[in-house]
Amino acid sequence: MDEEYDCIVLGTGLKECIISGMLSVSGKKVLHMDRNKYYGGESASITPLEDLFAKFEMPNPDESYGRTRDWNVDLIPKFLMANGQLVKLLIHTGVTRYLEFKSVEGSYVYKGNKISKVPSDDKEALTTDLLGMFEKRRFRNFLVFAQDFKEDDPSSWKAMPGFDPNTTPMSAVFAHFNLDRNTIDITGHALALYRDDEYLAKPALDCLKRIRLYSDSLARYGKSPYLYPLYGLGELPQGFARLSAIYGGTYMLDKPIDEIVFTDGKVSGVRSGSETAKCKQVYCDPTYVPDKVKQVGQVIRAICLLDHPVANTKDALSTQIIIPQKQVNRNSDIYVSMVSYTHQVAAKGWFVALVSTTVETADPEAEIKPGLDLLGPIKQKFVTVSPLFKPIDDGRESQLFISESYDATSHFETTCLDVLSIYNRGTGEDFDFSKVKHNLGDEEA
Amino acid sequence: MSKETSAARPGQRVTNGGGAAAGGPGKICQFKLVLLGESAVGKSSLVLRFVKGQFHEYQESTIGAAFLTQTVCLEDTTVKFEIWDTAGQERYHSLAPMYYRGAQAAIVVYDITNQDTFGRAKTWVKELQRQASPNIVIALAGNKADLANKRMVEYEEANTYAEENSLLFMETSAKTAMNVNDIFLAIAQKLPKNESGAGGSGNTGNINVGSSRTQESSSGCCK
Repeated sequence: MDEEYDCIVLGTGLKECIISGMLSVSGKKVLHMDRNKYYGGESASITPLEDLFAKFEMPNPDESYGRTRDWNVDLIPKFLMANGQLVKLLIHTGVTRYLEFKSVEGSYVYKGNKISKVPSDDKEALTTDLLGMFEKRRFRNFLVFAQDFKEDDPSSWKAMPGFDPNTTPMSAVFAHFNLDRNTIDITGHALALYRDDEYLAKPALDCLKRIRLYSDSLARYGKSPYLYPLYGLGELPQGFARLSAIYGGTYMLDKPIDEIVFTDGKVSGVRSGSETAKCKQVYCDPTYVPDKVKQVGQVIRAICLLDHPVANTKDALSTQIIIPQKQVNRNSDIYVSMVSYTHQVAAKGWFVALVSTTVETADPEAEIKPGLDLLGPIKQKFVTVSPLFKPIDDGRESQLFISESYDATSHFETTCLDVLSIYNRGTGEDFDFSKVKHNLGDEEA
Repeated sequence: MSKETSAARPGQRVTNGGGAAAGGPGKICQFKLVLLGESAVGKSSLVLRFVKGQFHEYQESTIGAAFLTQTVCLEDTTVKFEIWDTAGQERYHSLAPMYYRGAQAAIVVYDITNQDTFGRAKTWVKELQRQASPNIVIALAGNKADLANKRMVEYEEANTYAEENSLLFMETSAKTAMNVNDIFLAIAQKLPKNESGAGGSGNTGNINVGSSRTQESSSGCCK
């Protein structure tokens, strides 16, 4: 490794692999290393099952868990929005050809101790059991407004006199349509996927865009707006790593990273043992630079292995349930996501559920109890409380660009925003998708 | 408008026409084939010779393609190979599990002029037996057979090893094209052509994002 590179990327989590792929595609000479002997870092899917048990210092699983190689258990629960940023990245980079997805079967919201399907269009608004009869009409009127809304076409704003998407707060829009507290909760948390209520005071544009993302994603494949890759989320970083390798990136796993070398305040290399690779830039996740990040919060995640589907989801083999904050007297939502053997992440007949939320108290495990209670009997539970880190600066001075920890959101939208921002800071330009040469000796040629 | 479109258009997953029963004539089967072997033994060159009929003395270390496809016609079946190159990720033992995933065939390549690469080939075979689908068809290719005057690995030694491990075996030369088509043909013949035979899991309703096709089955053979 005693060579000179344009960029060295440390850690093979999803963010670092996307960045590595983009840099290689853009013609940079990239060295990509990981201290672990597997791809994925914090966003890996752990296989075989005994590795997951070992990670949590438990004895090996018994035979009831089937073939342990059939398990690929995500450490971080997320789904892809079918019309979201990550899907766009996958398509534009061609990485999608390495992956297969399934549509998540159900999208549910929790209200008054039970779960109901999330109503997402004007037709479902009229049939949902979440709302009373008069409220259904009001909600439908709001959804029609949200579906017709176009940012650059003021004639589409007419349903609300005086509305301006950049100044009118979302709370005023809800007030105009006379929506009650409960409907606002469902809209903001189960459709717009906000984790807390700060958006209410902010301009309506962002919320309306999020509602649009939800409905456009739902329109793509039907059952829910979410997609999930076969063999687990850990396939995503592997796919982008392959993209990087195809464009010349060098990969080294199981490589101890001992030092990021600086010269006059700027990054100049990375040392592993007695070898040092020179470079102009380093990109890494927070775990490689504990002294260059600050903690901004904590996320609790409980991985639960089940031998049955979740009750009241029509035995769905994959589902998401959102428990809006207000329903359980919290400030941030609790997410439950479940996938199963049909996604090649568990042995036949098994299900993997993840319950997660942003930590608000000194007893985080008690905070996710409403989510755990929805699951029924849990065969095995693995709980982690992870700090959320952010870099202390934007990296432009030092040329050391650090990603943020994976947050508690249920999808990859913020992940992609962070990646695109890092790429922009590192290269001074936005990523040019036309640089991906789809036809280079490729099967489509 | 509704004239028959060519069934074998490149880059498309194709199924045999609605009427033909599995096992009937004109069946088209698609298989994922992965290449393994030490750097510079000629993996990419073998593929390039097979797919494009080309050979470059100084082939760059990666071919810059996601994967290449080529079809082989058997008596009653057309076998379409989706061929994955390592993209150099084998160099520091950093091949991702995704690479082996769903592979129904593999060619493990060594260089007959380099004993070390034969030793490494044996390691790759073990790795495949551990990581890949149990029904995978493995072929061993002793490449650079045109350099027989610098031979370090005897034919008999490799052949015996291949027989012991139930591998197909041929010495090949990407440069002269010797046995290149033959080894792919031999693999095509050995691959199971019925749906249950291949390593796939037979999932339905899978989505290929970004394409209009929703795949019927992830396993090797089309219905």
